[in-house]
Amino acid sequence: MDLNYTPEQNAFRKEVREWLAANIPAEPLQSFDTAEGFEQHREWEKTLAKGNWGMVTWPKEYGGRGCNLIEWLIFEEEYYRAKAPLRVNQNGIFLLGPTLMEYGTPEQKERFISKMASGEEMWAQGWSEPGAGSDMAAIRSKAIRDGDEYVINGQKVWSTRAVFADWVFCIFRTDADSERHKGLSFVFVPLDAPGVTVRPIPQLDGLPGFAEIFFDDVRVPVSNRLGGEGEGWNIAMATAGFERGLMLRSPARFQETAKRLVSLYREHANDIMDLSIENAVVKSYMDAEAYALSTYQTASRLMKGGKIGSESSVNKIFWSELDQLMHETAMSILASRAELLPSSPNAGDVGEWLDGFMFAQSGPIYAGTNEIQRNIIAERLLGMPRK
Amino acid sequence: MDFTFTEDQLLFCESVKEFLQGEVTAESIRASWDTDTGRNSELWTQMVELGLTGMLVPEAYGGLGMNELDFILLAQECGRYALPEPLVETVLVATPLLASLADTDARCASLLEKIVSGEVMIAVGHAANNLVSDAHVADYLLLPKGDQVHLVPKDQVELIAEKSVDPSRRLFTVKWEGNDETCLASGAEGVALLAATLNRGALGAAAQMVGLAEQMVAMSVQYTTDRLQFGKPIGVNQALKHHMANCAVKTEFAKAPLYRAAYTVVQNPAHADFAVSHAKVVAGEAALLAAKNSIQSFGAMGYTWECDLHIWMKRSWALDKFWGHAGFHKNRLHQWLLNPNAKIGAEMTFGEQA
Repeated sequence: MDLNYTPEQNAFRKEVREWLAANIPAEPLQSFDTAEGFEQHREWEKTLAKGNWGMVTWPKEYGGRGCNLIEWLIFEEEYYRAKAPLRVNQNGIFLLGPTLMEYGTPEQKERFISKMASGEEMWAQGWSEPGAGSDMAAIRSKAIRDGDEYVINGQKVWSTRAVFADWVFCIFRTDADSERHKGLSFVFVPLDAPGVTVRPIPQLDGLPGFAEIFFDDVRVPVSNRLGGEGEGWNIAMATAGFERGLMLRSPARFQETAKRLVSLYREHANDIMDLSIENAVVKSYMDAEAYALSTYQTASRLMKGGKIGSESSVNKIFWSELDQLMHETAMSILASRAELLPSSPNAGDVGEWLDGFMFAQSGPIYAGTNEIQRNIIAERLLGMPRK
Repeated sequence: MDFTFTEDQLLFCESVKEFLQGEVTAESIRASWDTDTGRNSELWTQMVELGLTGMLVPEAYGGLGMNELDFILLAQECGRYALPEPLVETVLVATPLLASLADTDARCASLLEKIVSGEVMIAVGHAANNLVSDAHVADYLLLPKGDQVHLVPKDQVELIAEKSVDPSRRLFTVKWEGNDETCLASGAEGVALLAATLNRGALGAAAQMVGLAEQMVAMSVQYTTDRLQFGKPIGVNQALKHHMANCAVKTEFAKAPLYRAAYTVVQNPAHADFAVSHAKVVAGEAALLAAKNSIQSFGAMGYTWECDLHIWMKRSWALDKFWGHAGFHKNRLHQWLLNPNAKIGAEMTFGEQA
């Protein structure tokens, strides 16, 4: 065990810090749930890609730097420290990217990873359906083989950022007579294909962050299928592992929020009457640090050949509840100003906390609800009986 | 940057775990409750022969010359098996304190050698604890008086046996005087030694609580798998699954802070307060939650003397308050974090680096 960064790691941190300082947009970008903000964020992805900072862990041939996980953590720390824009293509780069690298054909990797990395193609995820939420094996939308094409009919819902994205990766039933986990396949669909209708769903903040996607005799080539026909479930589980595991929510994001929370507390310390707030501030910071320590531990283990398994469910519960705690605490500190929207004349930087508070409500729901995660922990990690 | 244990550390832990698994059982623990001392001298001799008591004793005094990080996983196993013998206190608290003084004090050097050989046992008192554990089987006591640290032979103290909720714990009120001869250190040196002792004691308690928490969850998982109601194992119920999952989350996120604390005590002891307090707070929360959710899972059975759960549950209740209760350690975290000069943020997780 050596909890010191190497000189090379310190030099890497410095390089990241300097590049970000020189390249981060001077004005904060608009929300990526607006048409204009989405394009601003797409431009930022292109800027990152030009500097080869889009996905530092990816191999160089895909525009990455071949960084190890410790370097990735350092990059993330600097990224959030610099308040760089959120990643508009996170469903692509954090979830589909690693899945493609594991299951894609050379042609698929060439075709899809490069444009994902370069910021040209933005991805949404199409898994949930009106009748298939936590019970994803209840998927009914079909992609039926017709020669070299699939003909897709059905409906997806809760597709984040699909309103403005270019592509969606979906799970469809490719065997019409199959049930549950069998007969599903993992298929890519361009969102401008004939027969695709995207209907925006406004989120809590009123912006169209979600979409419903309707498929009406949509045709895509069979080469848009990732992995074998009928292997969709297993591949989706691998993607879900990336989602809950290390990549999606790096600790720095929460540590940065915790640091802001400490500042907020100090600013308002003289007005705070609820004695439990100070405890919540300290607990928030310590929990964010514990998440970082644990992630460094996991990263070190993976770098020595270890694997990540059901513990990704443990992580997901921890960071989502931490995010709630931090924002609930900030709301308590801001008291009667907490309700002000960012656009309100008197909001100052209060509105940022409200945005974060609303988003924190979704943490225990997306990427598999925390109730489902607890079942996974109990059954797979601890060995409790399924029935 | 490498946050893993070495192969040697893991193998050593595994072998000690096997030893404890074979020697320390609920039956053996219950049997010890009915003995005079509550302690098994044969088991202690075996641990001496394995070199365990000398793990942190410098090689110059016959020990293995290892450090707190080498021992931390073993301390966790001592909790898992609810070991009644004072191995963690001996290794993490008594021998490092003596070793700090051994270069200048021949008595300390000699005692270290005798701890390695199993000839003597030492009990350590601290202002954080009020009572001294295992004083009855000790030959000498290391005791604080203000900024002084004293080494007092047992025949110069009066022991009043107190009774802990955990029948395995043996606690004593110690009445003693001390004199210039028994005083080993005072002033700034004494204060520093007592502060380091508190951190090592808290580290040992935290490690044991992680082991205790994991064992209580393992017992509850087994029980809820075996116990049938409405024609199926009660463990199929989501309410019980979620009780256990919550314990797993708490315990998992106590581990990294625990190992960071052990590392800091070794590498940067002057700045270990914060890391140790973090570990003690979260390990205590993990153990207390595991105790609470486990007794709920066992139902009425868990409320009986016959059910083994209380061995682990009561140890958790006690250790959470020993070597600084949660209030003490949270206070240290508050003082550190809310200080305007605190260096905080993601890039400061491992302290200031070049």
